[in-house]
Amino acid sequence: MTDTIRAKVTPPTTDREFTVEARSRGRVVFSRFARNRTALIGSITLIILVLFAFLGGLFWHAGINPDYKSFEPPSAQHPFGTDQLGRDMLALIIKGTQFSLLIAIVVALMVTVIGVTLGAIAGYVGGAVDSLINRLVELMLILPAIVIVGVMAIRFEGSWIMVAVFLGLTTWMTLTRVIRGMVLSLREKEFVEAAKALGASTMRIIFKHIVPNCADVIIVSATLLIAQAVLFEAALSFIGLGVRPPDTSLGLLINETQSYLPTANAWLFWITLLFIVLISLSVNFMGDGLRDALDPRANRVRA
Amino acid sequence: MARYVLRRLLVSVVLLLVASFVCFLLVQALGDPIAEWAAGQRQRNPNGADAAIAAAYQRAGLDTPLLTRYWTWLTGFVTGDWGTTVNPGQTPQEVQPKIMHSLWITIRLVLTAELLAIALGAVVGVISAVKRYSWFDYVLTAFTFLMFALPLFCIAVLLKIGGIQFNNVLQANGMDRWLVTAGYPPGGFTGSFGNQVYQYIGVYLLPTLCLMAISFALYSRYERASMLDVLGADYIRTAHAKGISSKRVIWKHAFRNALIPLVTVGSLSIGSAFAGAIITETVFGWQGMGYILVQNVNRKEPYMILAFMMVTAVFIILFNLIADIAYTLLDPRIRLD
Repeated sequence: MTDTIRAKVTPPTTDREFTVEARSRGRVVFSRFARNRTALIGSITLIILVLFAFLGGLFWHAGINPDYKSFEPPSAQHPFGTDQLGRDMLALIIKGTQFSLLIAIVVALMVTVIGVTLGAIAGYVGGAVDSLINRLVELMLILPAIVIVGVMAIRFEGSWIMVAVFLGLTTWMTLTRVIRGMVLSLREKEFVEAAKALGASTMRIIFKHIVPNCADVIIVSATLLIAQAVLFEAALSFIGLGVRPPDTSLGLLINETQSYLPTANAWLFWITLLFIVLISLSVNFMGDGLRDALDPRANRVRA
Repeated sequence: MARYVLRRLLVSVVLLLVASFVCFLLVQALGDPIAEWAAGQRQRNPNGADAAIAAAYQRAGLDTPLLTRYWTWLTGFVTGDWGTTVNPGQTPQEVQPKIMHSLWITIRLVLTAELLAIALGAVVGVISAVKRYSWFDYVLTAFTFLMFALPLFCIAVLLKIGGIQFNNVLQANGMDRWLVTAGYPPGGFTGSFGNQVYQYIGVYLLPTLCLMAISFALYSRYERASMLDVLGADYIRTAHAKGISSKRVIWKHAFRNALIPLVTVGSLSIGSAFAGAIITETVFGWQGMGYILVQNVNRKEPYMILAFMMVTAVFIILFNLIADIAYTLLDPRIRLD
């Protein structure tokens, strides 16, 4: 923010002197977000979870190898106990959270890139390109994603990156439709006409002028996609069509621990579940807070 | 209307053709279903196995080029011959009766859950929009948030545990265990009509509740938002000003208009409801579409997976068509021709 924007308005003729400081949109959004208590709690929980997943392994003494006795109760040595094979549950959950988050991030990135690119091109270019992209969306909507990802997970022996890639390739359709709808109205706006008059190329208009105007929707959708991807991955691994060893994920842990369910060791299942729910709740809270903070109509302070 | 439906059906046929080819390529990615068996044969009988292996490939039709295989399968599929399982270790099973049987189990689950969720979601959404920021609204918001964050299998597992507890209570009071928490009755439902209904509810209650919970959260959320939109419209104010009772304004004027977005969401989410049914069935141990999917992906059965995807696709297309027709009934401004 430069000093020219931070204009100090000092009315010269009044006896009461006051100053008004123009605030940038980023600061308005941030302060609105910070005032939303659930959104703040959600983001803090998420940050803690991310640190836990990616740095926890550095500080925790146990590895994920079966070095211990089977089904040890929780103790200082093993806060979450050990599983049937004698693996430290805390170490497993750190690793699982890490892979689940990695999968979710890959999915969110892929869906955002594919959805925004195709949606913006379909909406702006129109004509045959638009119909082609629409047909592609329709085709993908009738093919059951669960089968495609399941088949590919078996094909690539449950490698986490392939599960993530095919999850991404089967969930971009909704975002494409939303962006297309927005671009259809944005392309009639004056600033697009101005850019065209200045000789900007189609690609430049789409990606420099139109897409930034959809930023709010894109940010919110990418956030919520992380929660969706974690849940979808968990569901797939739960029925045995997702990530497989040597890779791991929270879904795989759920799959492995569900057999303890009627026994006294059922809590190994519940503790894994708790982490899945924590991720998706915190991401949902954060996404909702972002949506409210970014929506100019949701401004509580009337000018 | 009839012309529109006809045109849509024609477009759908083209779409299904393309989908069938994509699906066919996809199941190729499963790999060779016979390879494992062939390796075993070679080990057991190093000299004479080749003839048996070649015969197995021929029986499965896997010795011809890809396009020929696709054409054979496609012509068979449209004329009602959906092929058999190809795994030489097992006796070949006809695909069609197996898929149709499982589909019937699953579709009943999906349709019951979705229809109940739409009806309940619409009513609850309206109430929470009208009584905005009341305790009812807050309870609903909290419930929907929880449903969005809980994985479906978690709700299913919780319901299953609850069902077992409920059965224990029934048994302690000298009654039969009513709720079925593991397995779909293989012989279907028997006895008098009342008896059959009783059994049917016992089997379907928990999975339906499970699938309903998630859809209900989504639908009530959408209905609340669109109802709030509609309630702010000018014609609602006019209706109030004319002295029409609030009840009539809400249910006759606002509700019908607020239903339109719900139809869109409903038709778009039928695919995910189907996926949800697969998860639910796995938890409750049903031999529905979920069982078929997991079993046959692992066995690399190409024709089972193909048939699975094609019937799912047809189901989704039909549902979208019904949603489009529902639009015209709800909103006379929408004309399909």
